[in-house]
Amino acid sequence: MEIHKPIKVALIGNPNTGKTSLFNQLTGLTQKVGNYPGVTVDKKQGTCRLSINQTAIITDLPGTYSINPTSVDESIVLTSLLNTTDKDFPDVIVVVADIENLKRNLFLFSQVKDLEIPIILAINMSDQMDRKGISLDVETLQKELQTEVVLISARKNIGIEAVKEKIANCAKVSITYPLCSINHKIDGDYFKQLKAVSPNHTLYELWLMITQNNFPESITDEEKIKLLEFTQDVSMVKRYQHKETIYRYQQINEILKRTYKIDRTKAKDLRGKLDKVFTHKIFGYVIFFGVLLLIFQSIFDWSTVPMDFIDAQFANLSEFVTKQMNSGVLRDLITDGIIPGIGGVVIFIPQIAILFLFVAILEETGYMSRVVFLMDKIMRRYGMSGKSVIPLISGTACAIPAVMATRTISGWKERLITILVTPFTTCSARLPVYAILISLVIPDKKLFGYFSLQGFTLLCLYVLGFAIAIVSAFMLHKLLKVKSTSFFVAEMPNYKLPSIKNVVFDVIEKTKAFVFGAGKIILAISILLWFLASNGPDSFESVADEVTNNIENSNLSATEVQRKIASSKLEKSYIGIMGKAIEPAIKPLGYDWKIGIALISSFAAREVFVGTLATIYSVESDDDNTSTIKQRMRAEINPETGEKRFNLAVGMSLLIFYAFAMQCMGTLAIVKRETKSWKWPMAQLIGMGILAYVASFITFTIFS
Amino acid sequence: MNTIATLVKGEIGIISEESLDVIPLKLLEMGCLPGVEVELLQVAPLQDPLYICVNGSHLAIRKEMAAQIKIIKS
Ligand SMILES: Nc1nc2c(ncn2[C@@H]2O[C@H](COP(=O)(O)OP(=O)(O)O)[C@@H](O)[C@H]2O)c(=O)[nH]1
Ligand SMILES: [Mg+2]
Repeated sequence: MEIHKPIKVALIGNPNTGKTSLFNQLTGLTQKVGNYPGVTVDKKQGTCRLSINQTAIITDLPGTYSINPTSVDESIVLTSLLNTTDKDFPDVIVVVADIENLKRNLFLFSQVKDLEIPIILAINMSDQMDRKGISLDVETLQKELQTEVVLISARKNIGIEAVKEKIANCAKVSITYPLCSINHKIDGDYFKQLKAVSPNHTLYELWLMITQNNFPESITDEEKIKLLEFTQDVSMVKRYQHKETIYRYQQINEILKRTYKIDRTKAKDLRGKLDKVFTHKIFGYVIFFGVLLLIFQSIFDWSTVPMDFIDAQFANLSEFVTKQMNSGVLRDLITDGIIPGIGGVVIFIPQIAILFLFVAILEETGYMSRVVFLMDKIMRRYGMSGKSVIPLISGTACAIPAVMATRTISGWKERLITILVTPFTTCSARLPVYAILISLVIPDKKLFGYFSLQGFTLLCLYVLGFAIAIVSAFMLHKLLKVKSTSFFVAEMPNYKLPSIKNVVFDVIEKTKAFVFGAGKIILAISILLWFLASNGPDSFESVADEVTNNIENSNLSATEVQRKIASSKLEKSYIGIMGKAIEPAIKPLGYDWKIGIALISSFAAREVFVGTLATIYSVESDDDNTSTIKQRMRAEINPETGEKRFNLAVGMSLLIFYAFAMQCMGTLAIVKRETKSWKWPMAQLIGMGILAYVASFITFTIFS
Repeated sequence: MNTIATLVKGEIGIISEESLDVIPLKLLEMGCLPGVEVELLQVAPLQDPLYICVNGSHLAIRKEMAAQIKIIKS
């Protein structure tokens, strides 16, 4: 039996029409997430079996209202449709449309159709037709659009087989005609000359190239120069685009008049009632605040059980390996480098997954758009947009996906400010640092006999994070001189019950992206750290001898001698030398060289702080004692004062430092990619660094 | 002069032809075209943005934009 080459299929449609639902139905668990070259927009692909000897590779493209892009996400759609020579160029396009808003969905369809690529129209949400009083004459529509039309319900799994069948056939037949010939009604001469530039491209392709300034590889330099001449008269091109839009809508209206009926009185009531509550001037904010509280509560409370479990399992694993393996460099690498490194990533999974779960549900139900509507005016005072709320909330899990979530903000200045201040929100990587420091320096007392003082401190740190984000946004708003035409439009989708399948897939996918993205960095750093802490420029043998000679005559016990040797080894290791080198700079903040080591390693990622201290103190203890990091930190003495190293002043100063400093390489890398220059991540690194230094200095001075 | 911003909640107007040049392409593409009915559904608590329904699309737009789009009250 002959196995055919897989058919390449692209899903295109307005946001919220059910592309991802259809994608999930078609591909199930075969899906993979990659990146488009040069941009960080997720590229989701999966395989679908059409028949025994035929498969299809399905790509879920970002949602867009038009082929003319207004954001990074949307430009992906245009680029993938213009690059006809690309190896991923689709053999057939499935346009997913929402039956409730067919007119606007057909607008996008008409544009894609004019590219003369084989196309199928899948009209989704057919399960809603009765309730909304909609009727559709599929036969006639098929004729009018000269396209295969399928009525489906991605949620109820209706019509999916028909889509597969059409995909298999459509790729074979592959004849398509433009729907709206743009040239005649607008300016016949102009478009005739345009078409004459390149015989290999359709007129609409050429028109898109010049209006969107997006030239695929198949265009020669010569052709490009000719094409650019057509854009000389900017206002004329703009006028033609407007005319084209109106013309397309006219044609669609004519077609729908003959095929589509909707009973408007049936639909509205529920949306209207819910809107009244969710956007109410008092209840709206109360509900939003309640939702936020619920999210934070669950991130901190519900995640402690799985997190403690994970923590314990990794400790057990370390112990198990220690017992099983012979001592040596390899064992140390595994038990002190690799296992704690992986554990440091895995421990965040519960919190991140819970946060993504909430965000997915809020987006699926349509509630998030109401939050955007409620918050826009308030956020605008601080130079941001209503759409900045989502990144700021996501930032409490991890700044990396949060920065990526700013893509929906269309005004450049608003988006930039949101990107710049998002790292101030308390991400989950700060949490373990806060947790250990708070438990060390804040007494375990109750406030007013009820609130735990430690919990209250944590809450204050969260509020501080948001407050500093808002204040710096306000300052950036006043100071930044960036050219930007901010233009805000947000669709308010209908309310829907979330689909469990979509939510689960979304959470799994985003969590995976975090674990493998951030995880790689954290693991690499853990291993590097272990190496730097267990090696030094001088031979370690001589260090041991030296220590033994020095204390020869004193009557110290064997373990104490061991400890002295280990501590002196650490001091002479590469990382010890680095820590010592920055000690003068951080002394005013109350830190010593060991904290310095933790700070240096934190610049790669904050959560490494705890791991580093664990490494430092376990290298130092060097015996198999089971005391926890916390106990070891508590026992640490400041030799100059003879007091505890981690007293209130040092603890508070460290807390403030971690709240303000930009200590995440992953975020810096993402900001660079999203802003396309090193200027902004560097500004973040330096600006937040100075702020952290000054604020910690003040805190230390106040508390000591 | 009547614009989308001068509508009261629940009121319907028709977008005038002369607005064509001030409506951004993106809004046009979303169905906000001259000659089409526009209904003001909700106003955000701080009087901005506005929540409208036009050509079957439910959209939130800012007041400054809405104030530029002229309408004929029906
Ligand atoms: N009633 C109904 N809802 C659907 C159907 N398909 C998708 N949805 C819902 O529509 C919303 C948007 O779906 P999604 O697949 O995320 O759309 P996308 O933005 O185009 O990827 C979700 O709340 C889905 O649960 C359907 O066939 N019927
Ligand atoms: Mg989607």
